[in-house]
Amino acid sequence: MTTRIVELRRGILKKNDELAAGLRDRYAAGGVLVLNLVSSPGTGKTAFLERTLTALRARGAKVAALVGDLETDNDARRLAASGAPVRQINTHGICHLDAEMISKHLDGWELGNLDYLFIENVGNLVCPSSYDLGEKIRVALLSVTEGEDKPLKYPTLFNSADAAVITKMDIAEPCGFDRGLALRNINEIRPGIRIFETSAKTGTGMEEWLGYLGEECEKRGA
Amino acid sequence: MESLESYPGARVLEVRLRVGALAAVVEDSLQFCYGIATEGTSLEGSKLVVKTVPVVMHCVGCGQDVELVGVQSFRCPRCGEPCFDLRQGRELEIEAIEIDDGVGAETVGDAEIGVKA
Repeated sequence: MTTRIVELRRGILKKNDELAAGLRDRYAAGGVLVLNLVSSPGTGKTAFLERTLTALRARGAKVAALVGDLETDNDARRLAASGAPVRQINTHGICHLDAEMISKHLDGWELGNLDYLFIENVGNLVCPSSYDLGEKIRVALLSVTEGEDKPLKYPTLFNSADAAVITKMDIAEPCGFDRGLALRNINEIRPGIRIFETSAKTGTGMEEWLGYLGEECEKRGA
Repeated sequence: MESLESYPGARVLEVRLRVGALAAVVEDSLQFCYGIATEGTSLEGSKLVVKTVPVVMHCVGCGQDVELVGVQSFRCPRCGEPCFDLRQGRELEIEAIEIDDGVGAETVGDAEIGVKA
């Protein structure tokens, strides 16, 4: 018997990373800004996105969305009320979206006709952080009901995010939300990240968020 | 698996992984699943060895790469400045496999596994 070591140095997520690189090229060729929204279930991703899609459309932007859930097309129907093209991705038990699912669900969409493509990930703060979807901007969302230490508990996601959104600011006070602590914790994990304090219900913070999207959209492809 | 094609008759003894501290992988869970997932495959009975890779950030203040103590604060442990530039810590890769290349495998028992070529 001879024992030998075979060096592999092979990334376990290599296939996803390669597909994501292909998607990134497609987005760039189409000139579309792609955002991946990640949070726990119940943070309010869909409500936040509904408001974002409606506001962007009102400003004349061309937007579309892919939304991931284990089951049901409830979220797609909610988002489609904005008038934007929306597709539901049902993962049937898988806790995250991967690059292959995105690629399949983009079939037939002309990316060159879009300014923004939003991907609402499956509600989960763990696995989505490991799967690149080729997005330009990864958005980590956190609601005031979840506890200010969420960023410390899920550093992998928050450290890989490009922007952070705090949702449900309209109920921050009754929830005893410690705003300063939440901001400090986000900054401890991802120093200098842009943080938006929002309420999809009252519209608080949405102007600042839309302003940021506008700036990023201007920069796309640059 | 395709790596084994160059070694017909080989048996995998060990699979060595490099897992970054930010890879969101728990070794205990991985070990628990490994035995089940490899049942009936060419990896059945092999050992999974996980090497944890710490987070390394580039500190602009110090002008060098620094290793973080944990993943609760992304500040330079030397100067305290916030760090933005991650250089290591998200790895999830198969570093190497250790195989018994099958030469004389019929006559050699498990007791001798571990003898290096």
